[in-house]
Amino acid sequence: MPSLGADMEAGTLVQWLKQPGDQVKRGDIIAIVDTQKGAIEIEVFEDGVIEKILVEPDTKVPVGTVLAEIRGAETAVPGPKGPGLQIPAPATRMRVSPVAKKLAADLGVDLQTVRGTGPEGAITREDVERAARESTAGPKGPARQPPATQPTGARSDMRAAIAAAMARSKREIPHYYLSTTIDMSAALTWLRAENEKRSIADRLLAIALLVKAVALALREVPELNGHWVDGAFRKGAGIHVGCAIALRGGGLVAPAIHDADQQPVGALMRGISDLVARARAGSLRSSELADPTITVTNLGEQGVDAAFGIIYPPQVALVGFGRIAERPWVVAGQLQSCPLVTATLAADHRASDGHRGGLLLAAIDRLLQTPERL
Amino acid sequence: MTADALRNVIVGALTRIAPEIDPASIHSGVSFRDELDLDSMDFLNFVLALHDKLGVEIPEADYPRLYTLDGAIAYLSAKTAGR
Repeated sequence: MPSLGADMEAGTLVQWLKQPGDQVKRGDIIAIVDTQKGAIEIEVFEDGVIEKILVEPDTKVPVGTVLAEIRGAETAVPGPKGPGLQIPAPATRMRVSPVAKKLAADLGVDLQTVRGTGPEGAITREDVERAARESTAGPKGPARQPPATQPTGARSDMRAAIAAAMARSKREIPHYYLSTTIDMSAALTWLRAENEKRSIADRLLAIALLVKAVALALREVPELNGHWVDGAFRKGAGIHVGCAIALRGGGLVAPAIHDADQQPVGALMRGISDLVARARAGSLRSSELADPTITVTNLGEQGVDAAFGIIYPPQVALVGFGRIAERPWVVAGQLQSCPLVTATLAADHRASDGHRGGLLLAAIDRLLQTPERL
Repeated sequence: MTADALRNVIVGALTRIAPEIDPASIHSGVSFRDELDLDSMDFLNFVLALHDKLGVEIPEADYPRLYTLDGAIAYLSAKTAGR
């Protein structure tokens, strides 16, 4: 059971997508695990053949438990033809709104038995309510009784996980905080002109520019990109920017945009858009949760001026953006109205000093002044 | 397209983005950006869904006209007039 973040202690194996005898290669999705962050697609770390499955579906096991044995590619021999080689039907994951999921947990409704009537068969709150009524009133099937005690639903599990991670962060990480005000005139002018040329599907949001600027700035200040492990800083293998995404109905996740510094803004925008959609649908991949080397949070949508974050351990920094708003600003001695954003940095003082943190914010500012080069 | 048909397209697009919303709770004159807590990413997906469904071009400058149900119906009626 892989650790999908510092706040994860256990996960429930929901489904195997591969069977003993199946060939797998690094990055293949082999199983679905339910965590406090929703159903996560588990990617395999190495090439090989599934030798043996050790954890059956519907079993909750602690992080670190061996789920299956994989024979390495070098020693792998094609297994005998047999039932083990059958490839299971492609898994169709349920589309369930978070509210419906929570309600189903509260009412003790098995989502497998609910017929979805929402878009693309999504299960809505109404569907769960109907299923709950039918299961208690209908003649068919055993009446489903709400569990006697239901101390935690999926949402309160997530709350507890966030509580544990944030409490650990504040207990262990000596945070320092910096902020700077950035003139977004050039970036927004470029964005408007660019979006006029782009089809609706390819249009960009300011967040894509902000994430790209952070990623490129981290190349200049690498000691803010990585993890604090066993009393020492470990530089990130790439610049994998975790994007804090609020979930409908509460809670948040911050999955990674991998190698954000190497992607053109168009690709980055599509990546963020896809990540948001999958985070809210509850179908993130294990690498997305395990890999972030820094987190970016953007609370500007809610009208917040500045966001001073709590670092997600074992990361060592978090960049926050507030609202982009028209404000008075002095340019070349002239008072002007300019769109401004406050960028903040929360960083781990064990891994870096304020001087280096300041350089990161300065680099973000500088990069946003030439948006066409992002 | 009739206003009712457009209303269905709009509500369909919104419930796809936010599956938990109750279509009956969408008030015609109130900004559903605020009422339904849509962020700019949700809104972009909403515009994209309207584009895909109706085949209309919607420049970014027109986005504010799509903030309410009434506004969106009026805007899309004009855009789809004559079909």
